[in-house]
Amino acid sequence: MSKDYNRSIVVKGYYQWTDLENSPGVPSMERMEQGPVAFVECTQEIPCDPCEEACPAGAIKIGENITALPVLDDEKCTGCGICIPSCPGLAIFLVEKNYTKTTSLIEIPHEYHPLPCTGDEVYCTDREGKPISSGKIIKVKTSFKNNLTPVLSVEVPQEYCLEIRGVMLKGG
Amino acid sequence: MEKTQVAIIGAGPAGLSCAVEVLKNGGKVTLLDENDRPGGQLFKQIHKFFGSREHKAGVRGIDIGNLLLQQVEEGKARVLLGSTVYGIFNRNQVAFINRGREYCLEAEKIVIATGASENPLAFPGSTLPGVMGAGAAQTLINIQRVLPGKRFIMIGSGNVGLIVSYQLLQAGAKVLAILEAAPEIGGYAVHAAKLSRAGVPFFTGYTIKYLQGNERVEEAVAVGLDANWKYIAGTEKHFEVDTVCISVGLSPLTELCWMCGCEFAYIPALGGHVPKHDQNLETSISGIYVAGDITGIEEASSAMEEGVLVGVACSESLGLITGDEASIKKKKIWNRLEQLRSGPFGKQRHEAKVVQMGGYEGSEELQ
Amino acid sequence: MRILNHPILGKDERENPITITVDDEKIKAYEGETIASAILASGKSVFRYTRKHRQPRGVYCAIGRCTDCVMTVDGIPNVRTCVELVRDGMIIETQHGLGKWSDQ
Repeated sequence: MSKDYNRSIVVKGYYQWTDLENSPGVPSMERMEQGPVAFVECTQEIPCDPCEEACPAGAIKIGENITALPVLDDEKCTGCGICIPSCPGLAIFLVEKNYTKTTSLIEIPHEYHPLPCTGDEVYCTDREGKPISSGKIIKVKTSFKNNLTPVLSVEVPQEYCLEIRGVMLKGG
Repeated sequence: MEKTQVAIIGAGPAGLSCAVEVLKNGGKVTLLDENDRPGGQLFKQIHKFFGSREHKAGVRGIDIGNLLLQQVEEGKARVLLGSTVYGIFNRNQVAFINRGREYCLEAEKIVIATGASENPLAFPGSTLPGVMGAGAAQTLINIQRVLPGKRFIMIGSGNVGLIVSYQLLQAGAKVLAILEAAPEIGGYAVHAAKLSRAGVPFFTGYTIKYLQGNERVEEAVAVGLDANWKYIAGTEKHFEVDTVCISVGLSPLTELCWMCGCEFAYIPALGGHVPKHDQNLETSISGIYVAGDITGIEEASSAMEEGVLVGVACSESLGLITGDEASIKKKKIWNRLEQLRSGPFGKQRHEAKVVQMGGYEGSEELQ
Repeated sequence: MRILNHPILGKDERENPITITVDDEKIKAYEGETIASAILASGKSVFRYTRKHRQPRGVYCAIGRCTDCVMTVDGIPNVRTCVELVRDGMIIETQHGLGKWSDQ
């Protein structure tokens, strides 16, 4: 089962949306319309479960066998984003599709220096690392609870909300 | 001659964890390490660990290291740094050199937790300055805070290659490519995904052909491989680099085990020649135990579990805890070890471990 | 190149650098770091030349096992610079071949 989700990533090093769209960690299209929701982009059976423990709403389930894939219950997910810095693989994102009529807000874990600042224009990359759009940093969360995993909130054109998963600073 | 109850050779995650356990049970511990600072590879792991809460998932390696060190200090272990153990004699004497002087330590139990070393790779140009192990780069950037170059390629896509590539980005380097000779990436997909979205390209089915440079590497040429691992003419790719990192596996550092006559098994899945041991991680020589990467290449999490397991076994054997107490602790540790050795990445190691232990299956047998 | 600011390790706040001499050039170093690190930070890549073919060598394992990085330190050859710590006033030379003891 999980082999199918991994078909592209084990050869190319990145997921294509078509690999992920039916995987247990991503929400339905309907749920995306309703408000911010988590994307747990993790489809290999590796022993790991901090996301399950981190979620205050119990929306991520792994179970006693910690190699099981994380399953997102998108109805329980409140879009709080607490799960994002909990993932050692930095594989969790938050997408608020309808941030405005034309833009979405993507929350991305970003452990690099220097961090962008609120208001900065940045390049936004897809899973392959291609800068496919510009974006604007709305927030930079560096809470102590994140344990040095800052979370960037970046505003992007809505048509890319399923693709954009990275940020590159402009100006080298 | 100085005497101790448990002499632990190697103050990495396995050795430190073992020390903490024995100290907890009231035992006397001497830790020896050839380096000037303890921690083994732990302090280079600035990323968050996987596993479950019990495995300290989500905690960075450096923080786990500091916690272990604190516990060892509080427990008042004797820690001998800069001490190279060169032999184990009479099954209970640990001979070492410190600052050019020889010493000998007598111990009731000896734990060999000397870890592993990086495998080299030889190819045209591989001796040029700027070519180094991935672990070497990790030591330089995360311990010494020095970036040894600006434009890197990584050879090998196992977890070490992937994690170090990410850490090179964090240190401010550019990683131009990750080469993987096999048709699939060896390490975790999530590590690869992080790198891809940061613009690092992967080349599976590619290996390094040669490097060029005057007094330092300046150009790396990769080439594609066919199903028989032969070069495919015309697929060469050229990269302008100043540093090349090699990540092609680790091999256990087993010299001390060989020297004291431990039985070995050759198990490629664990890194090659590994000492055989029982479910207490005791070798074929009574009183001599092994823990960590020396027993087989795994990760820090399993090294720590094995260290604790040996600590329990030694404590039991020394009469510091009862057989019942030991049994309960061991069962929990074996369960946690089995969790780490499950799933498609762990299965091979689990099976290899069964062979190494002469058929012992792990936690099932304890039930 | 020194990593002055790092997302996990934070700022490099070391002060009071010491001075070591490498091939007659004074370079900055910090107490507690290895000779190899100070040399790499200064931008130098070649640590020695091999005996027979005089090929350049640098740092390979960085952990004291391979001896690729050996240099002559205060007159003593074959010092593993990746594990040896710096001292103020240390004199380091690129080693040629097996090196020479300073009283030869």
